Amino acid sequence: MIQLKNINKIYDDGFQALKDISLTFEEGKINVLIGPSGCGKTTTMKLLNRLTEHTDGEILIDEKNIKDMNPIELRRQMGYVIQSIGLFPHMTIYDNVAAVPKLLKWDKQKINQKVDELLNMVDLDPKTYKKRYPSELSGGQQQRIGVIRALAAEPSTILMDEPFSALDPISREQLQDELVHLQKSINKTIIFVTHDMDEAIKIADQIILMKDGEVVQQGSPNDILLNPVNDFVKEFIGSERLEQAQGLPSLRSIVDTTYPRAVCTDPVSDTIELMKQHQTDCLPVVDEKENYIGSVNLYHALSNQQKTAKEIIDDSIYSYDETTKTEEVLHDSRLVIPVTSNKRFLGMVDQEKLLRSLHENFENKRGGQ
Amino acid sequence: MNFIMELGQYMIDNSSNLLALGIEHVLMVLYAIGLSLVVGIPLGIIAAKFERVAPIILSLTNILQLIPSLAMLAILLIYLGLGFQTMVVGLFFYSLLPIVRNTYVGLKEVDPGVLEAGKGIGMTPIQLLMKVQFPLSIPFLMAGLRVASVIAVAVACIGPYIGAGGFGKEIISGISLQSEIKIYAGAIPAAALAVIADVILGKIEKKTKNRIA
Repeated sequence: MIQLKNINKIYDDGFQALKDISLTFEEGKINVLIGPSGCGKTTTMKLLNRLTEHTDGEILIDEKNIKDMNPIELRRQMGYVIQSIGLFPHMTIYDNVAAVPKLLKWDKQKINQKVDELLNMVDLDPKTYKKRYPSELSGGQQQRIGVIRALAAEPSTILMDEPFSALDPISREQLQDELVHLQKSINKTIIFVTHDMDEAIKIADQIILMKDGEVVQQGSPNDILLNPVNDFVKEFIGSERLEQAQGLPSLRSIVDTTYPRAVCTDPVSDTIELMKQHQTDCLPVVDEKENYIGSVNLYHALSNQQKTAKEIIDDSIYSYDETTKTEEVLHDSRLVIPVTSNKRFLGMVDQEKLLRSLHENFENKRGGQ
Repeated sequence: MNFIMELGQYMIDNSSNLLALGIEHVLMVLYAIGLSLVVGIPLGIIAAKFERVAPIILSLTNILQLIPSLAMLAILLIYLGLGFQTMVVGLFFYSLLPIVRNTYVGLKEVDPGVLEAGKGIGMTPIQLLMKVQFPLSIPFLMAGLRVASVIAVAVACIGPYIGAGGFGKEIISGISLQSEIKIYAGAIPAAALAVIADVILGKIEKKTKNRIA
């Protein structure tokens, strides 16, 4: 686990790049640092392998302060992938991937095995590619090598500084997919810097949104899309994405139309029986034409067993018309909510089911992007 | 036509003498270039690593280059005496600038992204220099070596004035004897040597460049 505690970064010229940052990067997750340029996201990442030194505060990796560690050793324990790829042009693909294991003086056979394994992992045939030079590969292939070079020495943490932003859109999408896929099998702690919100939403487990050296909001993509904390976040996400994320399914599509109902002339005892059967404490009451009249609650019913359903209607249990926005219903704290269509009873909305379908809906959108 | 035949005959007759002069010429150049590589590469590295001394190193080597060759050799003569070694030192001074400057530029030209990657994966400054920065600057160094060699072959022709040998000996004796044949017999091989050095080193330079690009 990587923890940043009250980190400040002030440059020699007095510019304060980071202001009292406290963060935890979740283990085995893709943590995305995002924000407009100059927000301090890259600086924050570079503090972790000490390419930049923080002015005060402390950074702990598995409870150990990184100021007490040798920066060279520290870097060899962390993968590092950069936007400009940075493959060594005078070395073969093999030598590039093997760079860190060689620095760590691994056994030759072990290195060879590792390189083959990694090349296979990103679908580049070791026989074909090991002897080639970086200039003989496409941009997407080069960055695949960049990524596996970072994985070669089996680090537990990988730092990625806008690794895909210089690639063409098709390669970028492919590499994002591969990264998400890869992460499932390698399970590293990834710290990923980007300015691309689509990318962040697609790959992140945790998004850390920064502005002017401060963390503005931190949470899962879902959290941030559904509950942006302020106008800056909303603006950064963009209205289109917000609508897409918050464009909830229509009320009609999530209504349970098979929900039991009482007819107004029913004796209350029947109504109680019906509630017991369906394990609910609230039952809608309709007239002969299926018009919604109101609901009865179990407590009320139990103390008025001799009456008819119509007589014990609880007026406070109001209904929504099916054209109401789902968002409005979300804020209703009742467990089940009656929905009508032109005053006729349509069915009930179950809050729990609503939340579940929202989640599925969001997941689908995320996957389909 | 007649003249060419005569020149050819002369060169064949004096082939052993011309060969000895040629070997001496090449040796002077090789020693000087070797020396300037040994001294110039470290100077170039120092200039690239410590920006503050870079102007000092570069302007000093630049000044060396600006001194007219005859003047430089005459001055060296005062301290080192006549002979082969004086010429080697003179040529060494002349070769220094292209070697130092190209090493410096080559190191500076290395893609910052590659350097960042090297640093980021945990190379020490020395490893970064030896494994990444220096190998990538070799095409520049080769270009410098090529320029230095061509200059050295040319300047070596005035060797005889300070008691060194080489093709210059044939040219200068041709001047004193007013023998056109002797002048050509010295000048043509000297020029050929410069061309050969240029072509071979140019090919090597291109090869190193291809490997990196």
